[in-house]
Amino acid sequence: MISLFGEISLVFSLIFSLLQSALPLWGYWRNNPYLLACARPSAWGQFIFIFIAYLLLTIAFVTNDFSIAYVGANSHPTLPLMYRLTAVWGAHEGSILLWIVILNVWTVCVSLTSTPEGPRMTPCSKMITLTLAILGLISFCFLCFLLLTSNPFLAAMGPQVGHDLNPLLQDPGFVIHPPMLYIGYVGFSVAFAITLATLISGGLDHAWAQLTRRFTVAAWCFLTLGITLGSWWAYRVLGWGGFWFWDPVENASLLPWLAGTALMHVLILAEKRNIAKAWAALLALISFALSLLGTFLVRSGLLISAHTFANDPARGIFLLLLLAILVTAALAVYIVRIPNFSPTQTSPFSWFSRERALLLNSALLFVAMMTILLGTLYPLLLDALHLGTISVGAPYFNLVMMPLVLIAMAFMGIAPLCQWEKPTVKMVCAQAGKQFLISLLIATTLLWSVTDQLEITAEISLTLSIWIMLSVMNSFRRLPGMTIAHIGFAIMVIGIMLSGTLSKEREVRLRLGNAVNIGPYQIFFIDTQGISGSNYRGIRATFDVIKNKRHVTNLYPEKRIYTVRDLVMTKVDIHPGIFRDLYIALGEPLNENDWSIRVYYKPFMRWVWFGGIIMMLGGLLAIFHRKKEIRV
Amino acid sequence: MNNIQKRRLYLVGLFALGIAAGAGLILYALKQNINVFLAPSELTTTMSADYHLRLGGIVKNGSVVREKEGLGVQFVITDFKHDVTTRYVGVLPDLFREGKGVIAEGSINSQGIFIATQVLAKHDENYLPKNVYQAMRNRAT
Repeated sequence: MISLFGEISLVFSLIFSLLQSALPLWGYWRNNPYLLACARPSAWGQFIFIFIAYLLLTIAFVTNDFSIAYVGANSHPTLPLMYRLTAVWGAHEGSILLWIVILNVWTVCVSLTSTPEGPRMTPCSKMITLTLAILGLISFCFLCFLLLTSNPFLAAMGPQVGHDLNPLLQDPGFVIHPPMLYIGYVGFSVAFAITLATLISGGLDHAWAQLTRRFTVAAWCFLTLGITLGSWWAYRVLGWGGFWFWDPVENASLLPWLAGTALMHVLILAEKRNIAKAWAALLALISFALSLLGTFLVRSGLLISAHTFANDPARGIFLLLLLAILVTAALAVYIVRIPNFSPTQTSPFSWFSRERALLLNSALLFVAMMTILLGTLYPLLLDALHLGTISVGAPYFNLVMMPLVLIAMAFMGIAPLCQWEKPTVKMVCAQAGKQFLISLLIATTLLWSVTDQLEITAEISLTLSIWIMLSVMNSFRRLPGMTIAHIGFAIMVIGIMLSGTLSKEREVRLRLGNAVNIGPYQIFFIDTQGISGSNYRGIRATFDVIKNKRHVTNLYPEKRIYTVRDLVMTKVDIHPGIFRDLYIALGEPLNENDWSIRVYYKPFMRWVWFGGIIMMLGGLLAIFHRKKEIRV
Repeated sequence: MNNIQKRRLYLVGLFALGIAAGAGLILYALKQNINVFLAPSELTTTMSADYHLRLGGIVKNGSVVREKEGLGVQFVITDFKHDVTTRYVGVLPDLFREGKGVIAEGSINSQGIFIATQVLAKHDENYLPKNVYQAMRNRAT
């Protein structure tokens, strides 16, 4: 029953999305206000039906309706309720459905930004209508994809008992990570749609910059949170102590983030200084193309990673076609329309102006994005052309990104000191020099006291991080959001750098009752005991952590076997702290009393995620602060 | 040349510079950090010990032998045409199992043993390296 109603509501939302896109575009062409006015109600109609479809799938999971193939493949009667709710997006079909649902939520948000004003339309509301039409078109494409290649409501071939959710995904980190990431991803399609609508209907004006910027910052906040949560999940679940593996799937989320960050900064120029608008528009297109590419990479089955489980070539080809058509169409519109907006005459700016700093920043972010894109796509391209199978590993990305990030950080230190238009070099240098010296001093003392050695990259990055914090402090009153976001970034860099340089790792064979030393800690292996959960059984070990003969804490890492899929999972135990994490993962039993175990001592680990969350909070603050500004 | 043109020239110049620097870095980094992915039958005995590669195949049934002390372990990676004895010191990933797919990163030593520095298993339990899958299919037909 659920399967039938689900499919019906999907078809209804497909029809509404067609109406939402076709009628306003037709109306725009014929200049018919009544057709244009169809966009809003059909957007709402589409939202209601897709929401019903999502709700039905959730109900199917809650009630263990194994007559639906997708539910059977990703759930089990013994799966805890929380994970049954999140299993909805645990695999391909459901996550595409989630994608569409989130697109619809964004569409509704757009439709609420301006109220309908009867048959006579202002240029602004016309633009919003066109935006809705473009969003409807994207939604239509994805609904076709969902219905044709990956229908979540497909009936099961025969009776099934349920294959359980992938154990890797049975973690609190997974409960909110995918929705946050998708809200970010899909949010860039709003910036894209607004830009495209503006390109079609009128000029890239102040209102466009303002509206696009608000949506971009919102999407960026969610994407930042999504990536942060993703890395936290990887840290806790994969059991390798790392938080970022330069896995193509992780890169797929970082690419739109970098482009979006560049977009966000260039939009400031477009809004406040009326320059660089063509660049901003192009970045909006690129951000959207990259989030589509991300979806394509993750969902096409091209990659082998923890995220991809679907391996249906038809899906990959469909997505690739979709990507090609949407991006080509958008670029065509861009190229045809952009020469119509002759650049406005603005006052020139000097090398040390804020304009220059922001432009340089966007160029750097763009280059960083391109290097990651290349490293990610290179193996895929070679494989597609039958030139051999290779892999580009983390060392490549670390090597390339390090100098780029350091240069970008140097600019982040200088930029807040630069004024608009024409500050003199002297003014900037005097201030920057002083702050730089102070931060160099602080960094050296800190590094010396913590590590007893001066490692050059750690020294540089710590100095730059402190410099960034010092130089944005003055802007706190005027731009609190930006200040906080920059400080968050600095904190994150400190976390990444120090946890990288100072972390200690040991893989040992440990006998019951023996101890292993790591950092200042001594870890005793006390005992092991059997455990059982609703859908797994396993072994829990007890470790006693001792520092200077004093008991610190007990750690209980586990080894679980998820019985339905017969999969072994390592459940690590972590003792978190502001200045260090202790991390134990059980390996395997080597004989009766010996286990192989991995222990990590990771100083400043938490700072990475704190930094990410602070960045997101800064972004949110920027949105609300601006609202107040506009009202006054 | 008016101001706008001048500014554009600067911008284009900067972009070209950035791209050139980026391209240089990328080429340098790529040259050093690419791992070729091979199946056991594609290995040759002439490979030197500093040739780093990824070896993908199936862990042969009954081939996993643990050493009495420490974390050393030996196993055979096969694509059913060719077997390669592999040695690894460390904790094996959860998905490592006899008869299942595995990717090992490392190099071949002078005795023809593959010394793995890393054993990867960031994939689901049914994963098979593509070339191994093809080899198995060929064998089946």
